[in-house]
Amino acid sequence: MNLAAIVLLPFFGALLPLMLRHKTRIWITSSAALVTLASLTLLLLSAPETLGGGIPTLMVPWLPDLGLHFAMRLDGLSLLFAGLILGIGILIVIYAHYYLSSRDDSPRFFAYLLLFMGSMLGIVTADNLILMWLFWELTSISSFLLIGYWFQQSNARRGARMALAVTGGGGLALLAGILLIGNIAGSYQLDAVFAAADQIREHEFYLPALLLVLLGAFTKSAQFPFQFWLPHAMAAPTPVSAYLHSATMVKAGIFLMARLFPVLGGTPEWFIIVTLTGLATLLFGAYFALLKTDLKGLLAFSTISHLGLITMLLGLGSRGALLAAIFHILNHATFKAGLFMIAGIIDHETGSRDMRKLSGLRKAMPFTMVLAVITSAAMAGLPLFNGFLSKEMFFTESYQQDLFGGLSWLVPVLATLGGMLSVAYSIRFVHDVFFQEPAKDLPKEPHEPPLMMRAPVIVLASLCILVGVAPMLMVSGLLEPALAAVSGAAGQIDIAIWHGFNIPLLMSAFAIAGGIAIYIGRDELFTFNRQFDHHDAKEIFASVVKRTTTLSDALMLRIETGSLQRYIAALLVISLVFVIPELVKIKALTGDRPQLPVDFISMIGAVALILAAFGTAIFHRQRLTSLMMLSVVGLLVSLVFIRFSAADLAMTQLVVEVVSILLMILALFFMPQRIPRASSGRRVARDVLLAGFVGGIVGTLNYALLTRPANTISDFFLANSVPGGGGTNVVNVILVDFRGFDTLGEITVLAIAAAGIHKLLNNLRPFMPSSDVDGRPWHSTTHPLLVQVVAQTILSLALMVSVYIFLRGHNLPGGGFIAGLVTAAAMILQYMANGVDWVKNRFDYNYQTLTSVGVMIAFFTGIGSWVFNHNYLTSAFTYVEWPIVGKFELATAILFDLGVYLTVIGATLMILANFGQMTTRHRPRQEGH
Amino acid sequence: METLYAVTVGVLTACSVFLILRGRSFPIVIGITMLSYAVNLFLFSSGRLAIDQLPLIGHSETYTDPLPQALVLTAIVIGFAMTAYSIILAVRVRGEIGSDEVNEPDHSDSEGSR
Repeated sequence: MNLAAIVLLPFFGALLPLMLRHKTRIWITSSAALVTLASLTLLLLSAPETLGGGIPTLMVPWLPDLGLHFAMRLDGLSLLFAGLILGIGILIVIYAHYYLSSRDDSPRFFAYLLLFMGSMLGIVTADNLILMWLFWELTSISSFLLIGYWFQQSNARRGARMALAVTGGGGLALLAGILLIGNIAGSYQLDAVFAAADQIREHEFYLPALLLVLLGAFTKSAQFPFQFWLPHAMAAPTPVSAYLHSATMVKAGIFLMARLFPVLGGTPEWFIIVTLTGLATLLFGAYFALLKTDLKGLLAFSTISHLGLITMLLGLGSRGALLAAIFHILNHATFKAGLFMIAGIIDHETGSRDMRKLSGLRKAMPFTMVLAVITSAAMAGLPLFNGFLSKEMFFTESYQQDLFGGLSWLVPVLATLGGMLSVAYSIRFVHDVFFQEPAKDLPKEPHEPPLMMRAPVIVLASLCILVGVAPMLMVSGLLEPALAAVSGAAGQIDIAIWHGFNIPLLMSAFAIAGGIAIYIGRDELFTFNRQFDHHDAKEIFASVVKRTTTLSDALMLRIETGSLQRYIAALLVISLVFVIPELVKIKALTGDRPQLPVDFISMIGAVALILAAFGTAIFHRQRLTSLMMLSVVGLLVSLVFIRFSAADLAMTQLVVEVVSILLMILALFFMPQRIPRASSGRRVARDVLLAGFVGGIVGTLNYALLTRPANTISDFFLANSVPGGGGTNVVNVILVDFRGFDTLGEITVLAIAAAGIHKLLNNLRPFMPSSDVDGRPWHSTTHPLLVQVVAQTILSLALMVSVYIFLRGHNLPGGGFIAGLVTAAAMILQYMANGVDWVKNRFDYNYQTLTSVGVMIAFFTGIGSWVFNHNYLTSAFTYVEWPIVGKFELATAILFDLGVYLTVIGATLMILANFGQMTTRHRPRQEGH
Repeated sequence: METLYAVTVGVLTACSVFLILRGRSFPIVIGITMLSYAVNLFLFSSGRLAIDQLPLIGHSETYTDPLPQALVLTAIVIGFAMTAYSIILAVRVRGEIGSDEVNEPDHSDSEGSR
C-alpha cells in the first residue's frame, strides 16, 4: 500500500494548492512541498528493502481480463528514478516559489507540477506494462500543461502543442509495441515479461515490437530525429525546464529503454539502432548547443546531447556501459537541474538570457558564478566532478567495444569529438556570461538572488562535488540495485577516480584541450555555420500539421458528403462485403432438414405477398397507393404467422397493422401526397442492384437456416410451462413469466417511445393543406352518422373481446399485448368516428399517466416476489372456482400482464390520439398539456 | 415450402431496402416498416416452419418452438413504436423545414422538389 501511496499522493495533493488559492503564496508553496516531502518520506521508508536486494511489490487487480493490474514495484531502477523525481522535485518547488512572479497563477503551477510528478512516479514504479503506458501518457498531458503554463504567449502554446504531438504520437507507438510484447509473453506483468525474454527476442514480431517501443522512447527522450520538440519546450517557465529536462520527462524514454533492456536488449538490432541513434544525437546536440545564443537554448541542446550519450551507452549494452548509463542519468540530473536554475536566476535578475548581451556578471553575482562554474565543470566532465566519472566510463566503453568490426575505431573518435564540444559549450556558458567586460544595457540591474533561490542550486552543486570526490561512498549503494535491475544480475560495482594513465584518460585530455581550442576558435565556427540555411523545426512542424489537416479535410469531404442515402448505401455494401465471404464458405446451401410440401393456398399467399411488396416499392411516388399496398403486406404477414402455428403473432400483427396504417394515413395528411419527379435512372439502377443483392443474401441466409435442423432451448419452456408457470399458452408464459424481465424492458421502451413522440408533437406547427393534392377541398361531413353508430356499437363489443383475450391469454392465444392493442384500436375508432371533442367529453384520461401506471404495475409485481423471498418476477398461481366462468387460474403473472395491457393502451393512444388532435383545438401546445 | 418462405423474405427485404434508399422521408418510413416485417419473419423462422403445432400445451402431439414467437411478439410491438416515432419525426421535420427531403434541398442526390 506504501507504494501506491507514493504515486497517488501527488495526484491527490495536486488539489491542495488549488484549495489554498486564497491563502498567501507561502501556504501554496508549502502545501506542494509538503506533498512532495510526504511522498519522499514514504519512498525512503520503502528504500531499505530495495537497497537490501529485495523488491517490494503491490498487486491490485484492475481489469484482469485485459491483463491490466494496478501493480507496483520498487526495484533498484525504480528507486533511483523515484529518488531523482522527488528529490529534485522538492528543490524545484522551493526554487519555483521565488521564480514565479506575483502575477503568475501559482496554485495552477503547483497543481500541474504535482500531477506531472505523480505521473512520472507512476511510470518508474509500474509493474505492469499497460499501467506504465497509462502513466506515460499522463506525463505527456501534464507536461503539455506545464510547457503551456504561460498560455498567453503564442510560442508557449506552440511549444506545448509540439511536445504533446511528438511525445503523444510516440506514446501510441509505444502502446502498440507493448501490446505486441504482452501478446508474445502472455502477460503484461514485468516479471512474466522478463521471464519470457528469450521467447520475445526470438519471436518473428521482435523487430516490430522493438521499433515501436524505441519510437516511444526516442520521441520522449528527444533522440535524433525527434529532438526538435525539446528546444521549443523551453518556452516553459524555467523551473519546469529544469525539472522536465534534467530528471524527469526526457528521462522517461531512457528509463523505458533501461527497463526493457533485459527483454529487448543485447541483440544486433538493438545494438545498431540504439547506439547509432545515441551517437548521432550526442554529436548533433553538442554541435548546436555551441551555436545557441540563448542560455536555455544552449542547455536544451546540451540536454539532447547528454541524452544521446546515455542512449548510446544503453545501446552498447555491456555491464560497464549499463553502469555508466545509470550513473550518468544521476549525474546529468544533478548538474543539469542546477544549470537550468542558474539560467533562470540570471534571467530573473538581469532580465535577459541572451549570451550576446550578458557578460561580466562575476562582479554582480559572484556567488552564482561559483555555482555556475561547479555545475558547468561537471557538465564538461572535468576531474573531481561527478560528470568526469561517468564520462570517463563512457570513453572506456566506447574504446573497448569492437562491434563495428574494422570501423570500430570511429566510435571512440566521435565520442571524443562529442566530449570536446561539450567542454566548449560549458566554457561558453560560464565565460560568456560571467567574464569579460560587464554588460551595460541589461533590462535590470544585476544582483544576487535571494538565498533560498540559490539554496537548491547549492544542494545540487555540492552533490556534483561530493559524488565526484567520493563516488563509492555516495552512490554505490544506490547504483548496485539499479544495475541489478537493468542487467538482470546482481554484483559489486567499482567506481574509481584514478585508473592510471590509460587511453580513456588520454581521450579526456584530448576532449578538454580540444574543447578549449574550439571555444577560442568559435567565431570562425559561427561564421562557417552561417553559410547554412537552417530550417526552423517550428515551421517544418507547422507545415506538416497543416498539410495533414488539409489532407484529412479533403478526405472527410469525400466520405462525408452529407447524403444520408449514400451513408445507408455504404453501410449496406459494407455488410454485404462481410456476409458474402461467410456464405461462400457454406458447403451446401440446402441442409438436412426434411422440407414441407408446398400447398396451393400457401402458393397464392406467397405470390400475393410478393406482388404487394413490389407494389409498395414501385408505387412509392403515389404515397396513398403505396401505403395501401403496405397494409396488404402486413395483413398477409399475419396470415403467414397463423399458417405456421403462431396464433399469438398473427393476432398481434393484425392489430398492429391496423393501428400503424391508421397512423400513417394520418401522417400522410401532413406530408406531400406525391413525389412529382423520379430519381435519376442511374440512382434507381444503383438502388435496385443494391436492394436486389441485400434481398438475395437475406433470402439465401433464411433458406440455409430453414433447411437445417434446429437446436432449440425451448424444451425447458414447453416442459415447465404448466407446472412452473401455470399456463398452457407457452408463448404467453414465456412473455410474462420465464422472460418477464425482457418484457418489462420492452414495455419500458414502448413507453419511452411514446413519451418521445409526445414531446415531438409539442409546439409542432405542421403543414396543413386545406385541400387534397389536386385542389379539391376536404369533404364537409367530418363524422358520418353511419360510422358513428357502428363505431359506438363496436366499442363495447371490442372492450369485451379485449377483456376476454386478456384473461384467456395465459392458456390460449391472447394476452396483455394483444388485448391492449385491441382496446386501443377501438378507442382510436371512436376518435375517428366521433371526433376528439366527443371522446374528451366522455373519456378524459391522461394517457401519460396510464402508461406510467402500467409500467409501474409490471415493475412492482416483480418486486412483490421479494416479499416472499423469491427472485425478481417469480410468479405464483392457483386455481379458483368462479361463478358462471368455472374453474379459473389466478396467477400473479396476470397482474404483470395487466401492466403490459395498460402500457400498451396508454402508449398507443398517447401516440395516435395526440397526433390525431393536431388538427383540432386540443393540439398540444405547451409543456405538460 | 421453405424455398417459398425464403424467397418471400428476400423479396420483402429487397423492396424495403429500395424504399429506404429513397430521398424522401415517407417512403423511408414505409421501407422501415416493411423491413421490420421481413426481419420479424426471418426471426420467426429461426424456430423452423411447422404447421398445426401451436405451442399450447395439450393442444397437439408436438409443438413448434415457442421462443422465437415470444421474441417476435415483442418485436412487433417495438417495431410499431419505431414506425410511429419515425413517422412523427418526419412530420415534425416537414413542419419545421417545410420539406420532406432527407438531404439538403440543393444536394445533388436529392429528388425533385414538391
